Order: sequence, then structure tokens, then C-alpha cells
Amino acid sequence: MADVALRAGERYRLRIFRKSLFVAGAFAALLLAVCVDIGVGPGFYSPLDVLRALVAPDSVAPKLAIIVWDVRLPVAVMAVLIGAMLGVAGAQMQTILHNPLADPFTLGISSAASFGAALAIAVGVGLWPVGGTFFIAANAFLFALATSAVLFMFTRMRGVTVETFVLVGIALFFTFNALLAFIQYQSSEAQLQQIIFWMMGSLARATWTKIGICAFLLLLVVPLSWARNSMMTALAMGDERAASLGVPVARLRLEMLACISLLAATATAFVGTIGFVGLVGPHIARMLVGEDQRYFLPVSAAAGAIILSVASTLSKGITPGVIYPIGIITALVGVPFFLSLVMSIRRETWH
Amino acid sequence: MSLEIRALSFGYRDTPLFSSLDARPLRRGELTALVGPNGVGKSSLFRLIAGLAKPSGGTIMLDGSDTARMPSRMRAERIFLLTQHVAMRAALGVFDVVLLARRGWRGGKASDEDVARVEQTLESLGIEHLSDRMVTDLSGGQQQLVALCQALVRDPDVLLLDEPTSALDLRRQLEVMHLISDQTRARNMVTVAALHDLGLACRFADRFLLLHEGRIAADDHPEAVLADDRTGRAYGVGINLERTGKGRLVVDPYLHP
Repeated sequence: MADVALRAGERYRLRIFRKSLFVAGAFAALLLAVCVDIGVGPGFYSPLDVLRALVAPDSVAPKLAIIVWDVRLPVAVMAVLIGAMLGVAGAQMQTILHNPLADPFTLGISSAASFGAALAIAVGVGLWPVGGTFFIAANAFLFALATSAVLFMFTRMRGVTVETFVLVGIALFFTFNALLAFIQYQSSEAQLQQIIFWMMGSLARATWTKIGICAFLLLLVVPLSWARNSMMTALAMGDERAASLGVPVARLRLEMLACISLLAATATAFVGTIGFVGLVGPHIARMLVGEDQRYFLPVSAAAGAIILSVASTLSKGITPGVIYPIGIITALVGVPFFLSLVMSIRRETWH
Repeated sequence: MSLEIRALSFGYRDTPLFSSLDARPLRRGELTALVGPNGVGKSSLFRLIAGLAKPSGGTIMLDGSDTARMPSRMRAERIFLLTQHVAMRAALGVFDVVLLARRGWRGGKASDEDVARVEQTLESLGIEHLSDRMVTDLSGGQQQLVALCQALVRDPDVLLLDEPTSALDLRRQLEVMHLISDQTRARNMVTVAALHDLGLACRFADRFLLLHEGRIAADDHPEAVLADDRTGRAYGVGINLERTGKGRLVVDPYLHP
């Protein structure tokens, strides 16, 4: 091996260079996944036609231009943004809670959103007085945020450890699921169908307005997290070790929890419950580049986005003419990918 | 130039640990062993000095300035606490972890000087060969050496070591204590190490602080503290001291019948 002749510092530099290549590779793979996602759909058009519609909408049939610009592109972009949001939220959640099973779903934030949505659908009761297109989404968002605020307050209490925090999250998860079942039991057949559809998670609700909001949130949260990446890397070593390096652990945890809540609440409010991405995206990133946040964060975002992009393609491709809710597909896409990675990495360590 | 502890009070919930604890100034270039039975507050005293816990009263002065008034980042640069050994579970490389301790929160690329310093410190602890490994793949003792590397690359003014040799084999214990004692003089640090092995402590430390019942029960050079009745009483044992032919002190504790 050529590596042996190098000094430890040179090998370190080589290693971080390789990790940067991984980040670049992940985003290249994402770009490919998005292209495929835009190219596939119920109307059978050749990739060349789709490309032409993208570049010069006026040069193709108006129907194709509308399909590409108003249907396929918003869905594809939304898949990327939501995937990235869930990937980042999951990565931060796992880091601040030192728990590989933590994500916005296991801690009740998404259940709260579902409950808020169901309340709006079945009872017509909203925390947000204005109705309109955002009525259900706003209610879901506010319930998710309120739940985060409850979690937030728990962290401020004296003597609350990270473990109790996770337990409180799980308790909230069950509470909201029970409340949701209660509403479902009471609602009419039509309402029930709507609630269940909402919960399945679908990118069909994508609009350019929602895309704008998601992009804005990512532009807000990602630089904020980026500025704290060494602190978060240190936090991964444990609270005490991070604190002895001067990391303000409690404050950092609160800041990150606020970021996570915004991302998770918005994502769930707009597209419904899409599980698994926030849990597995970060695990894939951890296996590929480790927990150094400079690489962990972008690869988690890319992994989340890729899973959702591929899921979006499959949701259109399984049965021609039918678009399945994406929430059904994500785990089906993510699990084989995740398992193959687990197996290949283990094989490498056997050598 | 020194670390001073004045009238320090601290406790958990209803159980006070220290009330008005005072210690003579801990001087630079001096390796002090903090000794005392389990639960007497050695780790808590370290946490207070490092600013990880707030005292209910009293002050800790470093070179004449109150550590409580320092910005936490600056305090963490000057005072480093190597916490008691707990397994590291993060998916991070050994070199990365040590470099992180060296660089603090400066962004951007690591400087050549930082990288060279990490290399050199890994070598001085004899773990250069582990630099490419993940910390999670290391044994407890190896992790403890990595943590010690983190402490040394930071060049602190005050180095607090909470049982730095608890997971190490015999040879490593001696090597690490030699290194700590050399570095304390070479870098002119105030070094305080909590140690359970009184023989090891006595061999390397310049001074013993015996912590018992919320106060410094004895504070002197090692042999004097070991010979003092209060040490045996604090641990609830009897202590025989013997000198070997080479003049080395052997600590021989026994249980009272």
C-alpha cells in the first residue's frame, strides 16, 4: 500500500479529500436521480422532448410544456427539497440526542402534524384562523411546532437528560396517535379517506409556492448548521467531552432543535407523513463519510433527497398511469439500498 | 502564576459536597495528585474548576483572574478537563478527533502547524499507528490515550485529569505518567490528576491533595500525606509505607480487622 509511506497528517489530508469526492459524488447521483424523475411519468414522452420542454417551453406542444413545468418539475424539485430537509433534520436530531433511532417521526413531531391535519379535515377546527389552500397544512405545521415547543420546554427543565427527552418524545408520539385514532373513529367515510390519504404522504401537493417556502427554510437552516459544524462534530463525542472543549452544549442543543422543528414541521405539513428518510438518510451518510459534520450534513441531505427522488420515480413507474402516494414507496426504496450498503461495508472490513 | 480555590461551595440537590473549600495555590510546573475515596467530590471539583458546573459560592482564580468571569470559550482554551473514561461512540477517525481538540471552532482548512502538532503528539504517546482508525474500533485503553492526546494538543494552562490511567495496562500507566509529568514541567502547566493508585500517584506527583468530607484534609508532599493518619482514615484502611532498596516508596494498604 502506498498509504503506509505517508505521514499520518498526509494520510489525513488524503482522507478528507476522498470524503469531499464522496460529497461531490452524492450530489452528482442526486442530479441523475432528478433527471430520471423528470423524464418518467404517465404521459410517455421521449427524454429529448422533455429536455426541450425544459429548456425552451415555447418550442414544444403546450400540453407537454404544462406537464413538464407544472406537474413533473414541481414534484421532482419538491422531492429533492423535502428529502434534503428530512435528511438534515434526522442527522441533527441523531447528533444532538446521541441516539441513532431519533428522527422527527420517532419523537412525535410528525404525529402531531398528522393530528393537526386530521383535526382540520374532520372537524374544520384550525389554530390558524384563515382558511384556503393552506388551511390543512398550516394546522399540521402549528401542531408540529407546538409539540416541538413542548419538547423544548422539557430540555429547559432541571435534571432532564437526553434519555428522558427521547422518552417524552415517544410519549408524545403515542398520545397524538391515540388522538388521531379518536378523530378517525368519529369522522365520516369521506373524511376518513381524506385523512388517510393525507397521512400517506404525497408529492402531488407540490406547488411553486411551497417549493419557495421549503427552499427559503433550507437557505435559513443550512448556513446556520454549517457555522456550527465543528461544535456538532464535538457533540457527537458526548456531552462532557464537547463541554470540556468549550462547546455550549445546552444552547447548541436548543438551537438545533429549533432548526429541526422548523424543517420537520414544514415538510410534514406540505407533503404529509413521509417516514424513514430522516432515519436512514443520516445512517447512509454515516457509513459513507462518518460523523464529521462537514461531510455528514451534506451527504445526509443528498441521501435523503436521492431516496425521495427515486421513490418519486417509482411511484409513477410501478403501474403505468397510476401515481402512488410517495409515503408508501420510500421505505421500499430505502431498505434495499440501506441493506446493500450495510452488507458491502461489512464485507470491506472482513478483508 | 497559579490556580487558586477560595471558599468554594457546591452540592447536588439537598446534599452539600463542599462548603467553603480552600486550597493553597496550585503552581505552574507542579503535578498534583488529587486523592480521596469514591464519591468524595473529586470529579465535581474538576467540573467546577473547568466551568462545567457552577459553584453556589466561592471563586476559582487563574493567574489572578476569576475563571467565572472568563468567556466560556476562552476558559476552555486555558483549562482542559480530561473527563473520566467513558467510551466514545462517534463515527470519527482518531486523527480527526485529536485535530478537532487542537483547532477548536476555527473554520476552514487545518493549518500545517496544527496537523504537525497532532502527528507529533500521537507519536509521543506511541499511538501514531492508530491515526487512521475509527475511535469506535479502539479498546478502552487506546481511547483513553486518544483523549489524552486531545488534552495535550490544546496546550492548556491548567490540565485536569480525571483518572487518566484507569483503563491502561502497567506499561502504559508508567509511560503516560512519565509523559504527563514531563509535559507539566516543559509546558509549565498546572496539572492536577485524580488517581486511585496511591503508589503511582506518590511516584510521580509533587504534591498530594487529600479530599475528604468536603474539605482539603491534607495538603503536602506525597510522603507526608501518606504518612498522615487522616489518609488512612479517609479511605477506611491502614497504610504501611516501606522503602525499597532503591529508595522507592511502596504503599501497602490493609483492611482493619
